[in-house]
Amino acid sequence: MTAPLLEVGNLTISFGALEVVRDVNLSLADGKTLGLVGESGCGKSVTMLAIMGLLPDHVRVSGSIKLRGEELLGRPQGELTALRGKRMAMIFQDPMTSLNPVMTVGEQLGEAIAIHNRGMTRGDRQERALALLRLVAIPLPDRRLLQYPHELSGGMRQRVMIAIAMANDPELLIADEPTTALDVTVQAQIMELLQRLQAERKMGLMLISHDLGVVGDIADEVAIMYAGRICERGPVDAVFDSPHHPYTHGLLASLPQIDRTIDKLVAIPGSLPSLSARPAGCRFHPRCVHAQDICRRAEPELRTVASGAIAACHFAETAVVSERATVRA
Amino acid sequence: MADVAAPSSIRTRRLPAWLKLPVLVGIAIIVFWIVASLSIDLWPIYDPIDMVGRRLQPPSADHWFGTDALGRDVLSRTLHGARFSLMMSCAVIICAVLIGSAIGAIAGYVGGIVDGALMRLVDITLSFPPILLAMAVTAAMGPGLQNAALAMIIVWWPVYARLMRGQVLSIRSREHVEAATAAGASHARTLIKHILPLSWSPILINATMDFGQVVLLTASLSFIGLGASPPTPEWGSMISEGAIHFYQWWICSGPGVAILSVVLGFNFLGDGLRDLLDPRSK
Repeated sequence: MTAPLLEVGNLTISFGALEVVRDVNLSLADGKTLGLVGESGCGKSVTMLAIMGLLPDHVRVSGSIKLRGEELLGRPQGELTALRGKRMAMIFQDPMTSLNPVMTVGEQLGEAIAIHNRGMTRGDRQERALALLRLVAIPLPDRRLLQYPHELSGGMRQRVMIAIAMANDPELLIADEPTTALDVTVQAQIMELLQRLQAERKMGLMLISHDLGVVGDIADEVAIMYAGRICERGPVDAVFDSPHHPYTHGLLASLPQIDRTIDKLVAIPGSLPSLSARPAGCRFHPRCVHAQDICRRAEPELRTVASGAIAACHFAETAVVSERATVRA
Repeated sequence: MADVAAPSSIRTRRLPAWLKLPVLVGIAIIVFWIVASLSIDLWPIYDPIDMVGRRLQPPSADHWFGTDALGRDVLSRTLHGARFSLMMSCAVIICAVLIGSAIGAIAGYVGGIVDGALMRLVDITLSFPPILLAMAVTAAMGPGLQNAALAMIIVWWPVYARLMRGQVLSIRSREHVEAATAAGASHARTLIKHILPLSWSPILINATMDFGQVVLLTASLSFIGLGASPPTPEWGSMISEGAIHFYQWWICSGPGVAILSVVLGFNFLGDGLRDLLDPRSK
């Protein structure tokens, strides 16, 4: 058995005195999709940047990040540069700003290919670029090569971003909210494309999103983050069908359902605590309806719960389960 | 809406919007001086060094701009002077832009202590009044056009270093730069292919505007005797010679009008380029 594609262990990230992410554990196998879900500011993007080695030097990162068993943390930048784009690639949130506005699509694809294939001829590069555009199903690919990003629609730009990410057949693809900036109809197309590519290439896909619907559709595993920690993690069906952490439950309950008439949108009360004023004990307790004394004092550890997932809540077995029962009744 | 826009649409049908009258005048002046400086040897005019007439003659059919204290033709000397001024400005601006942008780009991209050190050097250089610094440098190295050019490069590079640093700082934080890094691009590649191509437009505008300023400073240095030495037909030294003969106004007028027109021409062109390249001024 070979080592898993990606293994993140006890990842802790601090900006000076501020601890942004603490003790995050994740793992991802080939051909699987991991969804990373959380509110803005909960640390999911920082986690992803740490995996890519893109955090600035002054940020302290500890723990371990292993790509197929090889430790990435503490490696010199030169070695990481050789890995980035080759074995792990990334798709950014906003395709409007993530492409170089003064280079044609063909040049940018050619560059992504050239960086990791020194000595490839210009003709070969162009051919490969064209093949990549076909792979991401862009209409009129040979014309797109000569166009600039501003001549393309948002969906097409995101396809180009995906083509660039796929340029060197990465083992791990990290997608940071790949559809947030797009129209709903285009979102579905892009997600379908990602799913298809992943199935064809047997890549590991790490999908960062706050769209629970998307994650529920395509992820195998899901990790819910709150205030820099993972509060629940497990197989997506287990977590979504029977959440054990009140935060997960709140997130799912706040989704309006199209087949049910409701009078009121459900929201989680309060807002994400600021980095400098994270509450003692369970980080979620000020917003939690089930909070007891122990929640204010002790920080709960992640432990296995009935659904097979792991959750960090003192009352994982009782609080949400009883609430779910009342909701259904 | 349509009838309000009608008059201007007739005027701008043939020309792009940024080519306004002043810009066209500026381009015409610059083209005239460039052509003059390149082809002056072929023109049917007097030699600029020879004494070709009686001294201190007012403008006449023979000598359109009159003659100076040694009987040389002012028009011929003015036209010949363009070669020195334009070549000088060209050399100074190109060197200052190259040196300044390289230093500014490195400072902005690397940041930290490198940035601090380079930018303090810029601050120190910029804290001197330009003409004093240029005078000091030329005086130290000895008068002459070459030394004056060197002095002016020393005066001008910090402007471009600051400009370029600002551009690089703002562009390096854009997402496409991070995306390039995530695709495995090295530092050099990121800087050269993804940052610099987006940062040249303010540099170009500034360089165009500064062109006239360099012409002016060259003339100033020559005027006080630190630039060209007689009998070179240089605008600044011509004005300096003419200043003695205050009531023979034509001796200063030729080179004076020439300097005025060059400075004005490049300012007009610079304004036009800013309209074209800077989206904020639209």
